[in-house]
Amino acid sequence: MTPVQGLFLVTALAAVLSAIMVVTSPRLVHAALWLIVTLAAVAVLFILLDAAFLAMVQIVVYIGAIAILIIFTVMLTRRVMADTGPQMNRLWWLAAFIGLVLFGALVALLAQMPSWWTATPPAATESFELIVQDLGLSLVDLDRYIIPFEVASVLLLAALIGSIVLARPPADDLETGEGE
Amino acid sequence: MSTELLVWLIPLPPLLAFGLIILRAHRSNRVSTGLAVGAMVLSWAMGLVVFGQAVATEHLGDHPIASSIPWLPLGPDVLEMGVLIDPLSAITLFFVVWTCLAIFVYSIGYHNFGKARDAHDKPGLPPHAGGIDPLYARFFAFISLFAFGMLTLVVADNLLLLFIGWEIMGLCSYLLIGFWFGKDSAKKAMVKAFMTTRVGDVFMLLGIAALYISTGTLSFSEILRNPETLHHLAETPAFLGLSMAGLIGLLLFAGTVGKSAQFPLHVWLPDAMEGPTPVSAMIHAATMVSAGIYLILRFFPLLSAGWHPGEPLTTTMVVIAAIGAFTALFASTIAVAQNDIKRVLAYSTISQLGYMVAAVGVGAFIAAAFHLVTHAFFKALLFLGSGSVIHGMEHGAHASHDHVDPQDMMNMGGLRRKMPWTFWTFLIGGLALSGFPLITAGFWSKDEILASAYGGNQPVVFGVLALAALLTAFYTARQIGLTFLGEPRSDAAEHAHESSRVMLAPLVVLSIFSIAAGWAGIKGDFPFIGGSIPNWVEEFLAGALVEHPAEIGFTFPPLLTSLVVALGGLGIGWLVYRRIPRGGTDPLVRWLGPVHRILRNKYYFDELYGFLFVRPAYWFAETFTYAWVDRRVIDGILHAVGRASLRLGGWLRRAIDVPVVNGFGDWVGESTKSAGRTFRVIQSGRVQAYLAAALLFTGLLLSFLLLVRP
Amino acid sequence: MIPLSWYLILAAALFCIGMYGVLGRRNAIAILMGIELMLNAVNINLVAFWRYLSPQVIGGQVFTIIVFAVAASEAAVGLALIISIYRQRSTVIAEEVDLMKW
Repeated sequence: MTPVQGLFLVTALAAVLSAIMVVTSPRLVHAALWLIVTLAAVAVLFILLDAAFLAMVQIVVYIGAIAILIIFTVMLTRRVMADTGPQMNRLWWLAAFIGLVLFGALVALLAQMPSWWTATPPAATESFELIVQDLGLSLVDLDRYIIPFEVASVLLLAALIGSIVLARPPADDLETGEGE
Repeated sequence: MSTELLVWLIPLPPLLAFGLIILRAHRSNRVSTGLAVGAMVLSWAMGLVVFGQAVATEHLGDHPIASSIPWLPLGPDVLEMGVLIDPLSAITLFFVVWTCLAIFVYSIGYHNFGKARDAHDKPGLPPHAGGIDPLYARFFAFISLFAFGMLTLVVADNLLLLFIGWEIMGLCSYLLIGFWFGKDSAKKAMVKAFMTTRVGDVFMLLGIAALYISTGTLSFSEILRNPETLHHLAETPAFLGLSMAGLIGLLLFAGTVGKSAQFPLHVWLPDAMEGPTPVSAMIHAATMVSAGIYLILRFFPLLSAGWHPGEPLTTTMVVIAAIGAFTALFASTIAVAQNDIKRVLAYSTISQLGYMVAAVGVGAFIAAAFHLVTHAFFKALLFLGSGSVIHGMEHGAHASHDHVDPQDMMNMGGLRRKMPWTFWTFLIGGLALSGFPLITAGFWSKDEILASAYGGNQPVVFGVLALAALLTAFYTARQIGLTFLGEPRSDAAEHAHESSRVMLAPLVVLSIFSIAAGWAGIKGDFPFIGGSIPNWVEEFLAGALVEHPAEIGFTFPPLLTSLVVALGGLGIGWLVYRRIPRGGTDPLVRWLGPVHRILRNKYYFDELYGFLFVRPAYWFAETFTYAWVDRRVIDGILHAVGRASLRLGGWLRRAIDVPVVNGFGDWVGESTKSAGRTFRVIQSGRVQAYLAAALLFTGLLLSFLLLVRP
Repeated sequence: MIPLSWYLILAAALFCIGMYGVLGRRNAIAILMGIELMLNAVNINLVAFWRYLSPQVIGGQVFTIIVFAVAASEAAVGLALIISIYRQRSTVIAEEVDLMKW
């Protein structure tokens, strides 16, 4: 066991355990915090995979924005959800069953590809900076990935506008400072 | 235009007139009159042309004017319809067209054409004040149809076409007797006439069938002018000891018994006087009843098959002669006691037809045919004259408000001064009927019949006919005396006046024929005048038969007998009835006493037939057929079927329709709904459940695809 | 040193745990958290494949960035929806939003 493998195992364990806590915590804020832990573990994994930029983006966007957003929403809807009562719905056993079956199926599928069970990643090609530079250039290069990039930005714009509209209070309920 | 074509066309104009009047023209009396009389004039003209041609043809019997067309295919044979003019039909055609034309013209005046319609006259009742008959056009339509029927019968060349004409006339007789259908007596009379002649027609139809079966044909020339066929029929035995010819002859004669009102089917003719007088003249004196005689004359070879002059008569001929002679005497006894002017003439007709039948029965073909022709003329004349008298009496009754029966002779008298033309023509007719010597046609024809009976060694027939002749002369003189001689016995007779010219002209024409027609048949060896005029009738008619009948030589006894009975009867009648005073009774009532009552009631035959036939028939119809069979049995079956159907239907509905059929329908609906209710729980509205289900099934599908079917 | 399969197994595990959260939790926000877990699992898969199978093609990372963008927008809209529903119905429990039931 090399140190990298050990690091991986620790990170993976952390990720899985915190994920399990996310889905089983009775208290939503705890679940959100456990989610943050999971996201952080995933960021570490990104670093292990030489995708430094993505790790940063993961931390900034996911943890910094999405997880915070989730916490905000939990706060906003707190009055009803008194964190009491059952957390799982009636079909939780079916969900667990499906999850286990799916996991088993995926593992079984992986067992079909013996080449992936060997240990070697290919040689590191370039340094991090070059990869990141290449990533940035590819996103604006007219011959490469500019269109997905632009479409993604439009999507974000649409989501932005949509969420503003959706989350607006009803017209007769307009308070100052809330919604437009 | 060939003569054959003319013969085909002769019956058609009256048929067209009938059709046109019935369909369109009946609204206009003028047009109807024009159509009917015009059509009859056409037929009359064509008939005379054909008659002229026929007379001019040598040996017309062997070369008749004939034409036929194939009409009805019957298996391998074809029934042919056609026309035939041989001596018998030629001479019949002659008198038929003359009498029919005369009567058509007379009818114009009789039904008061030109007078306004009286508002009180109802259709179906005779006009009572001299207004035009409300159903004037209908009358002309019917007599046109009748003329068509008679002319068809005369020109027919086969028995079937003859029968068609026969039946058409039967229908018209029914319609015309009941022309004034508002009168209850007329309604009864029309049915009685039709039913009685029907009895005869049934037997006649059997005869036609038997004839067709025996010979395979109904054509006159093939049967009656073919000695082998006749011989074969005469030899084939039928039953009751008759030969086939004899049986068929008797069956056909039964038709004549009905149609010509011989005993025992005579009862309809007197009642037929309910119809208007032109009807009585045409149908029941001159033409339709003559058709019966025409039939037996036509079938004389068949009736007398196996007989030769001088031999004893065959059974058939004996029957015919017996019925004829009996009827002649029987009817004349009844005529003596009748007071209605038309009834006397009706019984007289029956009696004279009996003469002709008897003549045929004793084998006197030519005499019978001769008498047929002369009788048509003078009987038509007498009836038309009586119609004129009745019209005069009706006018007188209306004028004097003395509403007595205008047809009762006891109310008449003295009309010779009031209605001279009618008187003289009626007198001529009456003298002809009685057989007044030399100058009347009736003398020559009646004498010939008596001579044939005498010469044919038939003393019984001779005697009976002579007696009948005596009575005929007597009642004729009675009739003339009561009607015209003496003084008027009622105010109506006082105020009678002569009829219009349109009614008198036919009387004059017919009286000319009543005088002159006899002179065509004077025997060659008649004393003094015989030979001066050739005996055209005998020569002409002799050709009608294959076997020329033997000439009956002249003998004195029949001549003397007929002179005695004619003059004697006329004389006695004149003496008794020339001066019956007003309010006086008939002397005969006193002399005959209770016998007179029997005679006046026609020997109670109507009552007898009523009891024997009519009432049982009514009972059978009303009680048996209607009440029992029709209502109980047939309606019972129907009601039972109805009830059973209802019950079956109800059961089907309860047991099958509602549970099974409706049930199935309902079950489909209900099961769909319940399946829906069962399955809709899947739609819980909970997204997670949907997702779980989707994943599950996707997983199943994938595992199926990857594992079971890689 | 670390076989590809280890990353893939980890990603599968995260995915299945996330799916359990999506299907099994009552609170809508918890469901969204499960969705985020699943998306992260997908990202791990993408990056691992990029690194091990075609590191010279930068498209692997680009795909991941796009997934990030989509995840972000979807989280935003989803949460906005939850808030809107919370305002209407005063509930955030997914089971209670069942107006589309029969």
